[in-house]
Amino acid sequence: MKTSDLIAALAADAPARSAPIGRRLALALGVGALISAALFMTTLGPRHDIAAAAHTMRFDLKFVDTLAFLLPCALLCLRLARPDAGPRAMALWLAAPLALLAGAVVMELMMVPSQLWATRLIGTNWMHCLMLIPLLSIPPLVALIVALREGAPRRPALTGALAGAAAAGVAATIYATNCTDDSPLFVASWYPLATLIAVAAGALAGRRFLRW
Amino acid sequence: MGQEPSGDPVEEKWATMMRAALAGDEGVYRRLLEEIGRAVRPMARGAFSRARVGDADVEDVVQETLLAIHLKRQTWDGGLRLAPWVNSIARHKIIDAMRRRGVRRHEPIEDFEAVLAAPEAEDPHTRGDVERLLEQLPSRARDIVKSISLDGQSIAATAMRLAMTEVAVRVALHRALKSLAAAWRSANP
Repeated sequence: MKTSDLIAALAADAPARSAPIGRRLALALGVGALISAALFMTTLGPRHDIAAAAHTMRFDLKFVDTLAFLLPCALLCLRLARPDAGPRAMALWLAAPLALLAGAVVMELMMVPSQLWATRLIGTNWMHCLMLIPLLSIPPLVALIVALREGAPRRPALTGALAGAAAAGVAATIYATNCTDDSPLFVASWYPLATLIAVAAGALAGRRFLRW
Repeated sequence: MGQEPSGDPVEEKWATMMRAALAGDEGVYRRLLEEIGRAVRPMARGAFSRARVGDADVEDVVQETLLAIHLKRQTWDGGLRLAPWVNSIARHKIIDAMRRRGVRRHEPIEDFEAVLAAPEAEDPHTRGDVERLLEQLPSRARDIVKSISLDGQSIAATAMRLAMTEVAVRVALHRALKSLAAAWRSANP
């Protein structure tokens, strides 16, 4: 087949347009988050004292943290879905949730007597945390990977890993409404560990499904 | 006095053409793909020769690149320049093609602008890859692609001949092109 013949077929297919990749990814993240939230509400639901907890700084800080993680991960994922864009300076935004978390840990260490540190760190829900965040990540991760198949990422595994991170950001935000361990010591230990599971799953899925 | 590269007429023209193509203008889209093909051809040839791969398969890479550009056009950010995006896709496909031919290390691949001085017309010979990969598609899909490409038939005429609706032909064509890209990706030379 000559190239001009192929071009004839491609031009004939011109009306078959799909939505811009950004819109697709935003939709995937939204739908995935809704499914996870629905699953969560029908099984566990938020903690009973959530109204009171919402007035405590430690509880609120969890959401500042998870959202500060979710946002740059989602934007980086979109950027990497395009073939001509590198992560560049945007990757620096990933430092924001880490700095926030580190600051909170330092404050907690100064405010809480040292004999309580271990109790606060281990908490009572770490097993829950390690299971629920990865599980609640599955719907947004699957949705993101499906949407990213329309993308053209130069680094499929890295792009998948960021999709996993964004999905974990959604999952952590949902899970944090249930978890009663609000200490930054707990959040800084177990949330990142649970997130890493989703990131690894995303990287594997990326390598497998996002090549083009 | 050199001009600022931001005012590059080729770039602006391509971006404008792509916008028209995305709005559904098939004629402009066809011309744009032909121009992109002419620009990518010497880029692929240069990369192949630096990697000491015979250049017999250059046209296959050009075709694979054009197919990828078509299927991934929604990843262009719609900005002022189309060329960097075209370069990235072409480079990705050239590297992939060289890897399939056993090249493990390669020199950096030059942007097509570096070789744009001599855009190459199409190799007049029929290429093998697409037709070989077409054989892997279901017969109806293969028939539709061949009808529109090799036989130069319109969607309407193809629909009439196969007793299908035009919409069904369009859907089948789009699926066939996606399958073709997938088959290409997993094919060995």
